[in-house]
Amino acid sequence: MSHYIAKRILLLIPIILGVVTLVFFLVHMIPGDPVEIMMGEQAQAADKEALRHELRLDRPVAEQYRVFLSGLVRGELGRSIHSREAVTEIILKRFPATFILTLAAMMVALLIAIPIGILSATKQYSLMDNASMLFALIGISMPNFWLGPLLILFFSIRLGWLPVSGIGGVQHLILPAVTLGMGMSAILTRMTRSSILEVIREQYIVTARAKGLAERVVLFKHALKNALIPVITIIGLQFGALLSGSIITETIFSWPGIGRLLIQAINQRDYPVVQGTVLFISLCYVLVNLLTDLLYGAADPRIRVGGRGADA
Amino acid sequence: MRKHRLALIGLIIVIVMTTVAALSPYVAPYDPSELDLAGNLSGPTLSHPLGQDKLGRDILSRILYGAQVSVKVGTVVVGISLSVGLLIGSLSGYAGGWIDEIIMRIIDILQAFPGILLAIAMTAVLGPSLNHVIFALCLTGWVGYARLIRGQILTVREREYVQAARALGAGPLRILMRHILPNTLAPIIVEATFGCASAILAEAGLSFLGLGTQPPTPSWGSMLNEGSHFMLVAPHLTIFPGIAIMLVVMGFNFLGDGLRDWMDVQRN
Repeated sequence: MSHYIAKRILLLIPIILGVVTLVFFLVHMIPGDPVEIMMGEQAQAADKEALRHELRLDRPVAEQYRVFLSGLVRGELGRSIHSREAVTEIILKRFPATFILTLAAMMVALLIAIPIGILSATKQYSLMDNASMLFALIGISMPNFWLGPLLILFFSIRLGWLPVSGIGGVQHLILPAVTLGMGMSAILTRMTRSSILEVIREQYIVTARAKGLAERVVLFKHALKNALIPVITIIGLQFGALLSGSIITETIFSWPGIGRLLIQAINQRDYPVVQGTVLFISLCYVLVNLLTDLLYGAADPRIRVGGRGADA
Repeated sequence: MRKHRLALIGLIIVIVMTTVAALSPYVAPYDPSELDLAGNLSGPTLSHPLGQDKLGRDILSRILYGAQVSVKVGTVVVGISLSVGLLIGSLSGYAGGWIDEIIMRIIDILQAFPGILLAIAMTAVLGPSLNHVIFALCLTGWVGYARLIRGQILTVREREYVQAARALGAGPLRILMRHILPNTLAPIIVEATFGCASAILAEAGLSFLGLGTQPPTPSWGSMLNEGSHFMLVAPHLTIFPGIAIMLVVMGFNFLGDGLRDWMDVQRN
């Protein structure tokens, strides 16, 4: 297992380096003079020069890159042009809100998907099964930037049950979490259903039934354990969708996380913050994918022994 | 049977949307930019069945014209991504060795950005516009097709019929066009169908964030963005463009699901 972990971590190094490089070059892709775009045309020439110097845009690209990398190793991502705060500090201040929202969205998704997936697999082709598959299809096709406003319209404006936006108690978390978690719950419902349907046909299930075990025991003790392994992977992979989905969801609900930070920074042309946030979100995603792989390897020994097919 | 029905519904939705996009100047009751300040934010009426926006523009006409943006994004993004993906994927699968290694690492790096994050970052630096959105979506869009075709080449390359073709003196291009591509067509078509759905969704999302299609061009995403400022007084601005997006995305998803099932059956 330790060999497998070491191999996975080593494979990560070129990916992280590539992501860092791409994010570094983002500022260099700005058409025209980045300093002028960040500060506006009316800014004083001296201020512009000061910023140009601070961002080292007056230095050769190779040196900029070297400084960017060495800063990164020390956890430094530069300063916000707008608030002059260190980008790392801003991100760390905003991250807990995104973490809570993502976790809550995942809970929503699991609470909806697992029971519905099990029910529709055990009652295949029933009315319940058809209804839940229709729910999944709608859930997958429903963009969160529409679901969010609809939920606000209904639960906040019409019924007045839940707050429209902002952060506070649990009641503030419900609508954003449902908005963010709905797409994932749809995918997980389908996944749980098909995974159980597959496992239920296995010989060891037939054996379990043949030896007279109650259907409940067969389902929960024998089938579910194996059926949920691929579901774990999907949860991990979907975490990336949650992270990028949180950008839109946080914007809708004015939720003070890093997704909203990114959009605010884009609107203020605060490129150091944009760079830092994009890098931070991608690194989170890469690490979660690594964790998913390792968990999957731990749950299913076949993975870490064999390769993962030609495509890996 | 149920799947076939859904696929048929999907196909009909896709055809209707494409037709509407092509014929929007003829079927739309109003010019999408025609102002009518007296009727601003008014709800559905007989003369404006889906209501009017803050400048009194007709929502129905704007949704019909908005289909043009979605069709453009869907077809252009999938077209470019597919071509680039086919090219790079075949190169990777055929050449193998260090070329394959480099291409696969680039793919890994592009896939390390979750969802539309890279597209958001690209449009943020390039500036908001529909063409930048298309460029940003193509930047990551080709990856799926490249992996698909590469995987297919790796599995088919050593099959007997390909070896036979090679023994008969067929070059790599001929083998690719005559033997490998036809066998990969089915999964590629399915992938392209889902690709249309996700490109349309991504454009709408970026426009919702203000990073995509710019006014006065009507786009479903930016209509939703405008609507979110008037939810209290004019909920119809939020409801109708959203229905359009969902219907179209659902249409492509139904079609993709149906095609995949149908092709699985054909294969078995």
